[in-house]
Amino acid sequence: MTGPGAAAPRNRLAMAGARATTQAMLRDQPRGDVIRNAVFAGLLLLAILIALAGLLALLIQAFTQGASALSTDLFTNPPSTAFPEKAGFRTAIIGSLELIAGVILFVVPVGIGAAIYLEEYADKSKWWNRLIEVNIQNLAAVPSIIYGILGLAFIVRGPLDLGFILAAGSLTLALLVLPMVIIAAREAIRAVPDSIRQGSLALGATQWQTIRSQVLPASIPGIATGVILAVSRALGETAPLLLVGATVFVTFDPTPFSPDGYSALPVQIFNYAVRPQEEFQALAAAGIIVMLGVLLAMNSFAIWLRNRYEQRW
Amino acid sequence: MLQSSKPRYGEKAIQGLLAACGILSVLTTTAIVISLVGPTIGFFEIVPASEFFFGIDWTPQFEPPSFGVLAIVAGTFNVTLWGMLFAIPIGLGAAVYLSEYARPRVRKTVKPVLEILAGIPTVAIGFFAASFIAPEIIVPLWPGEFLGGAAGKPFMALAAGLGVGLMIVPIIASISEDAMSAVPNGLREGAYAMGATKLKVATRVVFPAALSGIVASIVLATSRAVGETMIVLLAAGSTPNFTFNPVESIQTMTAYIGVTATGDISTGSLDYKSVFAVGTVLFAITLVMNMISIRLVRRYREVYE
Amino acid sequence: MTRDESRTGTGREAREAAAERAAISVRPEFQHSTGSGSREKVFEMKGIDVLYGGVAAVKGISMDIHRNDVTAMIGPSGCGKSTLLRCLNRMNDLIPSAEVRGELLYHGEDLYGPAVDPVQVRKLIGMVFQKPNPFPKSIYDNVAFGPRILGRKDDLDATVEKALRGAALWDEVKDRLDSNAFGLSGGQQQRLCIARCIAVEPDTILMDEPCSALDPISTGKIEDLMIDLKQEFSIVIVTHNMQQAARVSDRTAFLMVELDADEDNRWGRLVEYDETEKVFTNPSDRRTEDYVSGKVG
Repeated sequence: MTGPGAAAPRNRLAMAGARATTQAMLRDQPRGDVIRNAVFAGLLLLAILIALAGLLALLIQAFTQGASALSTDLFTNPPSTAFPEKAGFRTAIIGSLELIAGVILFVVPVGIGAAIYLEEYADKSKWWNRLIEVNIQNLAAVPSIIYGILGLAFIVRGPLDLGFILAAGSLTLALLVLPMVIIAAREAIRAVPDSIRQGSLALGATQWQTIRSQVLPASIPGIATGVILAVSRALGETAPLLLVGATVFVTFDPTPFSPDGYSALPVQIFNYAVRPQEEFQALAAAGIIVMLGVLLAMNSFAIWLRNRYEQRW
Repeated sequence: MLQSSKPRYGEKAIQGLLAACGILSVLTTTAIVISLVGPTIGFFEIVPASEFFFGIDWTPQFEPPSFGVLAIVAGTFNVTLWGMLFAIPIGLGAAVYLSEYARPRVRKTVKPVLEILAGIPTVAIGFFAASFIAPEIIVPLWPGEFLGGAAGKPFMALAAGLGVGLMIVPIIASISEDAMSAVPNGLREGAYAMGATKLKVATRVVFPAALSGIVASIVLATSRAVGETMIVLLAAGSTPNFTFNPVESIQTMTAYIGVTATGDISTGSLDYKSVFAVGTVLFAITLVMNMISIRLVRRYREVYE
Repeated sequence: MTRDESRTGTGREAREAAAERAAISVRPEFQHSTGSGSREKVFEMKGIDVLYGGVAAVKGISMDIHRNDVTAMIGPSGCGKSTLLRCLNRMNDLIPSAEVRGELLYHGEDLYGPAVDPVQVRKLIGMVFQKPNPFPKSIYDNVAFGPRILGRKDDLDATVEKALRGAALWDEVKDRLDSNAFGLSGGQQQRLCIARCIAVEPDTILMDEPCSALDPISTGKIEDLMIDLKQEFSIVIVTHNMQQAARVSDRTAFLMVELDADEDNRWGRLVEYDETEKVFTNPSDRRTEDYVSGKVG
């Protein structure tokens, strides 16, 4: 800052004085405030650390207790209550895989279909469309055991009357995670800018041609991530399966429609966890390690998928 | 020239198919309601509503059986209470820290941790609650014989409560943080410009502004806690007990359903119907909480977006 | 052929020579062996009102748009130029609360008749948008999209090349047709959108402020393109830029906002519509004169 030559020294003095005063004011924060701020920030950090510690404790405890039972036998041996040393998770793992396959088969077409309808076709001012939306939001928060009741009353018995078969369990889990898929798919579809749709329609494409050729391909990465997360959820769910027949103690590989029953990984873990013997506790912990490992792999894949293919507009 | 060359039936068919997918959600809710209602009505034809809604003894196995649902409702809220007491300060603390204090690098590590926590299956958390929280944390830290003492108890409401609390921390943290981030920076900057400290800005400006979102997260978390089954099955026990004592064994509504519906009960028996009656109560409670939470989330989104 | 000649000469020879140059074919149903000065009408508007949710956006628009003209619509912001433009290819149909009243004829047929299929309309009347909106696909797939949905799949390569040449983009992209369209510059993307549009071989092209998001050099290229394209297509352009209208258009429509008595509602009105030369040098209406001379914004 320059001023007229003669007044320069006076200006500089004045500026120095003003700067010193302001700095003194700012530095002079009341001691109480500084301490309060530090304590508050410390408490917040403590909160996060406690949450982190909880997670770590869970993981470490599972590992230490389950390490002794970890072996390839875990994957090849069927469950056994008489001989815990020889017990494994084979039927449960196969059951879970089949359950998940069924869930994907149902949830992908229906979920994407519902999302397309709600985002592209539904007139949002009509009350029945808003009813559908509210329903989906609500269903996403209904306790999972209620879905078990639904499965018991409607799928296993009731109108569908499928019996206590794996397909019934699959359908129950599919209904449970369907809202998640719809919500994720809607967000992915909504993220496609309207200008793309306008450009397509202006060329003389029909609405469905626009969706099929422009909107859907662009939203696939987001939809895939949502499906994987929903499947992760289905993999870990126990309560609904308890009600639709996954408690039968099966020792042979389950199939979707066999009336002889089926099992699933989380249910088997639960079966072992309620037995007091050390060996079963270790087995349960080992099962948890396996399950967490699979979930970690799936979620990492979902994140990689999202980062690699996400469309940046 | 301007008419279409052929009528487009395909478009209409596709639209119908897609609408059917959407309607499935309504059908699911209807199915849930229908499956609950029938047996519940049958239940109340046998058990008087006054006994159900006001009784505190839940003993279906006794002769004569007593169906006072308050015993297991109390069990549910016993566990939920301890869960919320744990999760609210932790979850909100994490949210405020992430929103107002954390550097980008810290955010990058903490947010995934919360996501991982959110993805842990409940059977694993229940196992952790029963085999670690109960013996290694509660028993050593519990003062002697206070409220009956904690030593030697395989099942405790508090153990399940802390497990449930750990499970719902991510819900509170992420929705609250979402709500706080939605508060426009202009509000914060205005306060800083007047000389407010970070503490004051966080507690007096951001928190109140994000209040509806924060309350929504708490309500939703409570709903999740009320509906949780596996943690309570593994850590809280199966003895219906009208109490809020944290070191006693209790039974929640969900645990009752879980235990009874997998046992040897015949369709049409009173026990079978009682499962549905309890299910109706559970559904009603969570429905009300979910609707409140959805309404609140919509409100805070509308205000700032 | 100089630019002035190509602008005023509408004889068949001129059209055909330019067609050879630009390598775009004229659709058979629109080929007319007329003499010089063909003033066939593409659009005839009589008393067009457009309302959104019952509130008028434009009122009482009556004007005719002629074949092989570049017709410009100018006017201050909010006077409904884009709204009017979007009536011409029934893009307003996409807005649920939009309503179009009055008579709008396209080559003599009622554009809003009960049996009219908007999808068919848009195949004949194309549109280029203000912000370039290429699809997140390759350059080739962008241009090929239109022909593919029309079922014109044979000799797609030739169609794509023809369209890209017509949009003066071929030389710049011929070696990278498979690369993503998002890698092009803004001006190139807009020319890609034009290529995409003409690949469908429409009869008319509507342009909604096509250059407002572009730099001056790209703008110049697209203005040159418009002069070429009008040999084959009829072009209607909405522009904020008066000088652009003066440079490229044959006829200019000037719209302006009108307020009602209590100044609550506002809508657009057509003030003057005439040959461009006249509108800019000797307008009939005082309001036009104020606008083009910059007295009013």
